[in-house]
Amino acid sequence: MVHTTIIKPSKGWHLLNIKELIQYKDLLYFLVLRSFKAKYAQSVLGIGWAIIQPLVQTLVFTLIFGNLAKLSSDGVPYILFSFVAMIPWNYFSSILTDSANSLVSNKGMLSKVYFPRIVLPLSAVFTKMLDLAIGFIIMIGFFVYYGFVPNPSVLFVPLLMIILIMTSLGTGMFLSALAVQYRDVNYAMSFLVRVIMYSAPVVYSISIIPEAYIYIYALNPMVGVIEGMRAALLNTKEMPWDLIGIGGLVSVIMFITGTFYFRRMEKVFADIS
Amino acid sequence: MEPVISVKNISKRYRIGLLEKYETFAEQAYNTLLYPLKNFKKISSLTRFTDDDDSVFWALRDINFDVQEGEVLGIIGPNGAGKSTLLKILSRITEPTSGEIKIIGRVSSLLEVGTGFHPELTGRDNIYMNGTILGMRKREIDSKFEEIVAFSGVEKHIDTPVKFYSSGMKVRLAFAVAAHLEPEILIIDEVLAVGDAEFQKKCLGKMKDISKRGRTVLFVSHNMGAVEALCNRGILLRKGMIETIDTVDQTISTYYQSLIDKKIIPLNERVDRTGDGSFRFLSVVFNEGLPVRTCSRLRIEIEYETFQKINNLHIAITFCKNLDDRLMVLDNLSQGFSLEAKIGRGRITLILENFRLLPYQYSINLWAAESKQVLDYILDAAILSVNESDIFGSGFNLNVGQHGHYAPEMCDWSCQKQS
Repeated sequence: MVHTTIIKPSKGWHLLNIKELIQYKDLLYFLVLRSFKAKYAQSVLGIGWAIIQPLVQTLVFTLIFGNLAKLSSDGVPYILFSFVAMIPWNYFSSILTDSANSLVSNKGMLSKVYFPRIVLPLSAVFTKMLDLAIGFIIMIGFFVYYGFVPNPSVLFVPLLMIILIMTSLGTGMFLSALAVQYRDVNYAMSFLVRVIMYSAPVVYSISIIPEAYIYIYALNPMVGVIEGMRAALLNTKEMPWDLIGIGGLVSVIMFITGTFYFRRMEKVFADIS
Repeated sequence: MEPVISVKNISKRYRIGLLEKYETFAEQAYNTLLYPLKNFKKISSLTRFTDDDDSVFWALRDINFDVQEGEVLGIIGPNGAGKSTLLKILSRITEPTSGEIKIIGRVSSLLEVGTGFHPELTGRDNIYMNGTILGMRKREIDSKFEEIVAFSGVEKHIDTPVKFYSSGMKVRLAFAVAAHLEPEILIIDEVLAVGDAEFQKKCLGKMKDISKRGRTVLFVSHNMGAVEALCNRGILLRKGMIETIDTVDQTISTYYQSLIDKKIIPLNERVDRTGDGSFRFLSVVFNEGLPVRTCSRLRIEIEYETFQKINNLHIAITFCKNLDDRLMVLDNLSQGFSLEAKIGRGRITLILENFRLLPYQYSINLWAAESKQVLDYILDAAILSVNESDIFGSGFNLNVGQHGHYAPEMCDWSCQKQS
């Protein structure tokens, strides 16, 4: 097969080039592998850190918000209440910080080789799935300990994960492209993630949000995801389809804008990184 | 036949920084307050080109050329001519501002060896990482893995993190991966020519192999010897435009001619030098600017500046044909002369009573050292143009093409019938 390449200035807005991405799937695979291996290289606990981190975080939250501040936890043990929220939230927030860095820290690659630039933020999204999986495993441990039996709506969890990943990838692409030009993004993200955690019901219950503002609140896709997780796994309430619907819609919009912006900016990455 | 690469009207512009000046304290203070706002404007303008102001710089302008299958094309030109930008556009790292390029065939570009190497990963992991970055599939690497490892010579340490490798081992491993690319079109930058002489030879040898197998190669270099040896056609770029496209010999000689004609950068402003900087060559003059001829006197005057007293200065002046073929080296230590340089500017003068190199444009390297510590080293510091002369008074002019590089001593010839 004759392989023909046309190089010319690109115009307008483009969505993903799936065909090319498939061609470079091995690169994506090794980038993910590289992050895994490099992340825990020369550490005693290695992957153990992926377990300790969320565990300690949850224990601290349980102590402060559950035991001292006595926040409502919708009638389930606070530790479960916050851990179920922590799983998607940690995934989302780590992608915010990581993908913002993913292009800047790989600028050597950007300026020396061609590859679909999108594999860099994409690799951040895939790398973090290991932590996500570990989170679920710990959660199962908690369920066994507390003798919790999830109801059939647990089957909706994959749908919530799709919303979570789309949101993360969309924002990740947007932030990574923005960070190439404005390094401020990196500095801002390192502390903003801790602030915006309070815009989602991670440590508190959604019941403290006034009814009138609930749909504005739900514009943050993480609200639908977290509440959905609680409903599906902890049986605290019916699946909040209204919140999930709004969040899902916003996440699709974020994903599309993120992709468009990334593709728009990628042609200048090598020039300004 | 349709060319495998056809480049049409390619242009590329960049935005360069302009120096800002504040005259008064008030102005300075005002500007400090507005700093974030101004920064925002400046950074966002990096990607916006509304009009051609002073800070817009055209790295390439209206480049047109074709490359036929199997051709080995050398791209030469002074620093800042746009060579690297052209390669980056051809390898799709950056987009052209206008124009179009059509490439038929699988392209691999090698602008650096070892892209994507991670110090914490083992040699094995890094081979896969680097290979896939260069566009290889995992299957492809699997099948060549043994070969790559053998070529690199780091078999014993293949499962050791590369942070424990010596820099030589790292480069060898990186090059081994690059050498096993099998593209139809290969684009190579001269950065490959870093490393020791042996490694450079290996690189060039590998490239010769590739071009012999009928692959199309684009090669950018400052090393005219390498370009001449490898390429069959040459492009001379200057200030973002094509000055010459011709056979490689013709292109190189045009380039040399232009170096002499323009004296582009004075020696003391050259930045492509190595050494610790405590001693700098400022200029070199031959025969006070008068013509240099074979078999006559050559007077070399070198001006320098030194920032420390040098007790035992070691100077070498190398005469090269095309930058890397050393024909002759003049150095004071091997001739038993010791030189001492006091702080400040000074001049070294040497005289060859009978300069025997034949008419040609020789490239001169200047090197200064003190007890093996290199102080200043400039490749291609000057071009010495030796003019034609009738050495033996016979009406014949000796030339480099036919007569080697040295004028022989006048001989005593005779021819007698054997009795």
